[in-house]
Amino acid sequence: MKSWHEFLTMGGYAVYVWPSYAIAAAVMIVNAWLPGRHLRRLLKELKQRAQEQQP
Amino acid sequence: MFTWFHKLASPPYFYKFAQYVAPWTGWISLILLAIGLYGGLWLAPPDYQQGDAFRIIYIHVPSAWMSMFGYSFMAIAAGIGLIWRMKLASAVAAASAPLGASFTFLALVTGSLWGKPMWGTYWVWDARLTSELILLFLYFGFMALNQAFSEQRTGDRASAILALVGLVNLPIIHYSVEWWNTLHQGPTVFVGTHSDISMGMLVPLLVMISAFMLYSVTFVMKRLQFEILRRERNTTWIKELL
Repeated sequence: MKSWHEFLTMGGYAVYVWPSYAIAAAVMIVNAWLPGRHLRRLLKELKQRAQEQQP
Repeated sequence: MFTWFHKLASPPYFYKFAQYVAPWTGWISLILLAIGLYGGLWLAPPDYQQGDAFRIIYIHVPSAWMSMFGYSFMAIAAGIGLIWRMKLASAVAAASAPLGASFTFLALVTGSLWGKPMWGTYWVWDARLTSELILLFLYFGFMALNQAFSEQRTGDRASAILALVGLVNLPIIHYSVEWWNTLHQGPTVFVGTHSDISMGMLVPLLVMISAFMLYSVTFVMKRLQFEILRRERNTTWIKELL
C-alpha cells in the first residue's frame, strides 16, 4: 500500500474486501464474548443453588 | 508424562488447566492477528491478476482451514468419547462445534464476497462450495443432536455417530478442486513443497492461520469450562469449587 487512499478504496474492491473483514470481526467478537458470559451466568446460578441448599 | 496426561483427562483438573491456558493463547492470538492484518492489508503487494481483492484470502483461507481442522478435531474427540466413554472428550467435541460452525460460515460468506468480483457471481453450485455448505449443515446437525436428549450421554453418543459419518465429507472438500471442474481456484499453499505464492503474501497468511488456531484454542477452552461445569454440576468437586 502506498497511501491511505489506496488502502481505503482497496484498488476499487473496497465493497468486497471491507465487508468480508467486518463480518469476520463481528463473528469473532461474538464468539469471544459469549463463552465468558455463559460461564459467568452458570457459575452464578450454581452458587445460588448451593446457598439455598445449605442455609 | 503419562500421569500428567491422565490427570489432564479428569474434569476438575482440566477445568483449572483451561482457566490458566486461555489468557495466554488469547493474547498471543491477538498479537499475531495484528501482525497478520498489517502484513496482509498493508505490506503485501497487490496480486497481478486480482488486484487488491485477493486480500480477502487472509480471512477466507484461515477460516476455511479452521472449518475443516475444527471438524476433524471435533469428530475425533466425539469418537473417543463414544468408544472409550471418556467424559472429557465428549465435552471437548460439544465445546468445539460452535466455533467450527462459525468459521465454516465465515469461509462461505468471505468466499462469496470474493467470488462476486472474480467470477461474477456470489454463488455457484459447484463441488467445493456445495461440500463446504454441507459441512456447515453437519455442524448444525451435530449441535442439534447433542442437545436433543434429556440425557446428555445419549446426545453425546448420537451426535458422535453423525460426526464420524460426516468425516467422509472432508476429503471431498479438500480434493473437490482437483476432482471436478470448478470456478474455485486450486490450492495456493502446499505443505513441504513449493507454493504458488510469493513470500510477501505467504508470510501474513501463515501468521493469520496461526492466529486463528490460537483464537480457537482460547475460546474452545472457555466453552469447555462451561461444558464441564454444566455436565458435572452435581459432583462434590464443583460444590467445593463454589
